[in-house]
Amino acid sequence: MWRWLHPYAKPEATFALNQKLIPWFAIPGLVLVIVSFVWGLAFAPPDYQQGESYRIIFVHVPSAMWAMGFYVGMAIAGVIALVWQIRTAELAILAIAPVGAVLTFISLFTGAIWGQPMWGTWWVWDARLTAQLILLFLYLGVMALYVAFEDERAGAKAASILAIVGVINIPIIHYSVYWWNTLHQKSTVTRAITRLEAPSIAPEMLWPLLVSILAMLLVCAALVLMRLNNEILRREIHRPWALQHLGISFATTDGEQSGKQENKKDQKGGADAV
Amino acid sequence: MNPRRKKRLIMTSSILVGAAFATGLVLYALSQNIDLFYTPTEIVQGKGSEAVKPEVGQRLRVGGLVVPGSVRREGSGLTVAFNLIDVGPAEITVEYEGILPDLFREGQGIVAQGILVAPNRLQASEVLARHDEEYMPPGLAEALKGIEHVPPSQQNYNQNYNNEEAAEKGSGGGYDR
Repeated sequence: MWRWLHPYAKPEATFALNQKLIPWFAIPGLVLVIVSFVWGLAFAPPDYQQGESYRIIFVHVPSAMWAMGFYVGMAIAGVIALVWQIRTAELAILAIAPVGAVLTFISLFTGAIWGQPMWGTWWVWDARLTAQLILLFLYLGVMALYVAFEDERAGAKAASILAIVGVINIPIIHYSVYWWNTLHQKSTVTRAITRLEAPSIAPEMLWPLLVSILAMLLVCAALVLMRLNNEILRREIHRPWALQHLGISFATTDGEQSGKQENKKDQKGGADAV
Repeated sequence: MNPRRKKRLIMTSSILVGAAFATGLVLYALSQNIDLFYTPTEIVQGKGSEAVKPEVGQRLRVGGLVVPGSVRREGSGLTVAFNLIDVGPAEITVEYEGILPDLFREGQGIVAQGILVAPNRLQASEVLARHDEEYMPPGLAEALKGIEHVPPSQQNYNQNYNNEEAAEKGSGGGYDR
């Protein structure tokens, strides 16, 4: 496995792999988003208790689930960045954090507008909601810590440590509804994995939900890969392979194109002085 | 794995284990305070191994199921009283003046926040509805649980729950939490 993985420590190998993978995530992802929304919002039956209002589940559950999933991915990248000190893993943290933060925000926001009509309140400080809010702060903390240092790699190291330590919050989020009594109900789908119980949702609602979960994963994975490629390119802009990818050749580095190149270098603020 | 990486791996995992251990201890120490609400049994019989009972006058939340047939409306119809139960036999009477959430019905899980005015009476300032983790179409719910689906807009508690005979015929008779 190591022999197979090793080439990807090189940014350009990862870049080339990502370029190939992005369409395979993005196109099925977008198609499945449409399929799951139309299926879930228009064709799935209403709920016996909540009527039509439950349909926000097709956004709420996938975003909450992948907010946690991407955090675990970010923490794994953090371990790789700290232990093997692979630059691409550091950039992966930077690529994942904002996507995860947005997912967490979506889950909190849709949860609030679901809670208002059903529970009677936008927000309650129960264990599940509070733990999810902490997840948002962890994401924001990782993003802030990453850029808080003069030396980018020092920032990456600090962000990795926070990402790894914060992973403790993930089981707390999941099990909060079992360990303590909360206003939030217990888990419907993931309990199939964590508690080996059948999902407590009728099949005609479960299927669109599973499709929406897959769709959210694919779209967000495509976004992460695109962000990762951008970060790789930004840091490798002076390398021949990057210039070649951008269609800049050394023969024509006069006038406009070299100007663009310098602009990009300025934006990253000298952090590329390897 | 070379020794330097091994050292860093050990460092990283010990940070994680240490932080997890510390968090675990904190959560264990706080475990009773993280609960959002008391159950009726906990208010009547005391909570935890020391059986600490909340005091009269204390501000707290109580969560349980609305006892079927216990919903009473007074005056303008905004004043409502009902009993909450969990595993039984302890029941807490909740008095509330205000608009109940759409999901409020007999047998439903409810969290009420307010002041304990007597050992088993709560003057609520806020009533929130809980719902369970089960989702199913109305037809299936009727077949499985005998719950007829009533859209929130068509629910009329004054008619359904003013007297007990009507409540028995009314929708949502069973404990459907």
